Amino acid sequence: MERKILFEIKGLYRDDFRVTGFSFGQGEKTLCVVGSTRGNENQQLFCCSQLIRRLSELEEKGKITPGVEILVIPCANPYSMNIKKRFWSIDNTDINRMFPGYEKGETTQRIAAGIFEVVKEYQYGIQFASFYMPGAFVPHVRMMKTGYEDVTLAQKFGLSYVVRHTPRPFDTTTLNYNWQIWETQAFSIYTTNTAKVDMESARQAVEAILNFMSWQGMIRYRGHEGYVSRVIDSDDMIPVRADHAGFFEAHVSAGEEVSTGQLLARIYDPYLGTMRSALYAPFHGTVAFVHDEAMTYEATAVLKLIREEEW
Amino acid sequence: MIKTVAEVGFPVDEILRIQKQRLEPADGASGKRISIVTGIHGDELEGQYVCYEVARRVGEHPEFLRGIVDIYPALNPFGIDSVTRGIPAFDLDMNRIFPGREDGDMNEYVASRIIEDLEGSDLCLDIHASNIYLTEVPQIRINEEHTNSLLDLGKLANVDFLWVHSNSTVLSSTLAYSLNSRKVPTLVVEMGVGMRISREYGEQLTDGIFRLMAHLGIWEGPTAMVRQPIISADPNEVEFLNAPVSGIFMKTRSHGALVKKGMEIGQIVDPLKGICLCSVTAPADGWLFTIREYPVVDEGSLLARILKGHDAEVQEKYQKE
Repeated sequence: MERKILFEIKGLYRDDFRVTGFSFGQGEKTLCVVGSTRGNENQQLFCCSQLIRRLSELEEKGKITPGVEILVIPCANPYSMNIKKRFWSIDNTDINRMFPGYEKGETTQRIAAGIFEVVKEYQYGIQFASFYMPGAFVPHVRMMKTGYEDVTLAQKFGLSYVVRHTPRPFDTTTLNYNWQIWETQAFSIYTTNTAKVDMESARQAVEAILNFMSWQGMIRYRGHEGYVSRVIDSDDMIPVRADHAGFFEAHVSAGEEVSTGQLLARIYDPYLGTMRSALYAPFHGTVAFVHDEAMTYEATAVLKLIREEEW
Repeated sequence: MIKTVAEVGFPVDEILRIQKQRLEPADGASGKRISIVTGIHGDELEGQYVCYEVARRVGEHPEFLRGIVDIYPALNPFGIDSVTRGIPAFDLDMNRIFPGREDGDMNEYVASRIIEDLEGSDLCLDIHASNIYLTEVPQIRINEEHTNSLLDLGKLANVDFLWVHSNSTVLSSTLAYSLNSRKVPTLVVEMGVGMRISREYGEQLTDGIFRLMAHLGIWEGPTAMVRQPIISADPNEVEFLNAPVSGIFMKTRSHGALVKKGMEIGQIVDPLKGICLCSVTAPADGWLFTIREYPVVDEGSLLARILKGHDAEVQEKYQKE
């Protein structure tokens, strides 16, 4: 393993800003994995740390295929993580809305450009991503529909779902989108959490990446078989919205199978303690997402369900 | 008449309401309608004074009103109240979620209701104040896709500068893009600086709004002479200056100044060491239409924008005043 500084900005009163990479093996630039780009992405950083640990072990045992180079960038934004601020410390801009970046532009454009200059060279790209709404996801691989996406390849991760997502205008400045445009096979991995670390989910995600690497001949590794991934579109995750605001009590978890009419959640009046509404499953399916904060707003997608596959 | 455009219940005893005031003649309107919109970004307050001043002037002389004036002073009321640029609790830029969705999440629903309410306007002005970091001369920014429908209207708005810029995919999620795509001519105004109100700019733009209202047949009262703006549609005419190092930026020129190549615009200093890290100089002769206001800079922070090739015009129009 080689530790290297990929991008650096001199700080005034803070330590210098550094984006650090960890590389394994030598040869063709084969796989790059990027962790947190935002200050609240603890789970994404944790997943990378576990991947680095596992790859170090595999490298020591000589199990990385000769001629293959793997790069892991666990954190693209240490400044924000250290002050628990989601976006860039001074101007609140989002590094993951700045790709492919601009080396002569503003600070986060420069950071994005500095990172992209390195990561665009790789054949495969994986980003541990997060959703802007607070909640838990069923672990899945997500890819943008750009015309370059390869669903069959995404199934090699062995996670239960592969989700295709039609990019909206603001998606075009994400790392995943630009990776694909620059002809890297790009995948985003969603684990259950963002701010809270879920060790089991992180273990599953790391295992999924090792499975993928094994399938693609990057490492010699025999792990768990994983799932036969079901391919869906992001629109197939049907939202169940809160019809009232209030205290939110989930009765199901991400990944759980539910039947038509099953109680999913209750919402309570914050003053009276009485129930304002109960949310029920509109069909038989799997819980893809569940809100995990104490309160919910009105008209907010507190759950997302995937309809049971028809045989 | 105050009307609620969108309404959403919040958890603890509060309702979010997006409101507008409709001003119209007592004996019925001509059918033309102008909408004045501001407060998408909660830290941009320049539009507050403009909304007040338009309503005040109309209220002073309602006999001149022939059409409808709709005033939306706070599209992001929670942001304005909490000194937050985006939508509080979501850390979401409201100007990246338009046109929204009726059946979407709360914020998308609110965005869709705003669009629905603004549709049918003959003209909309979306008033911004750059951000808390930069001060701008009063200007209108026009996406090149909509130049034909907006340029002549922009010339009447009494701003100093019309900047026609290239299309960016991200900008298609803005309120202005969504409205222009729906055939509601929408001018994006940028002026002053975030978290402050420049009364002089507010009055200048208000004069322009009354000139536009007269042009549309909404106002039959007297209007002020409007200035002819500098117009730039060539991206090569605008120079961006970014901080070469992190530090404290001390500006030495103000926005609106004409500068010569090599002239100092500001310094970046290190107060801990007591040294000047660098002198920031103009890369070309031109008009300093944007300058950094917020002193703390990281390497790459935008310090200034300079318009090249219009010095004589700027000299004639503004430096004499």
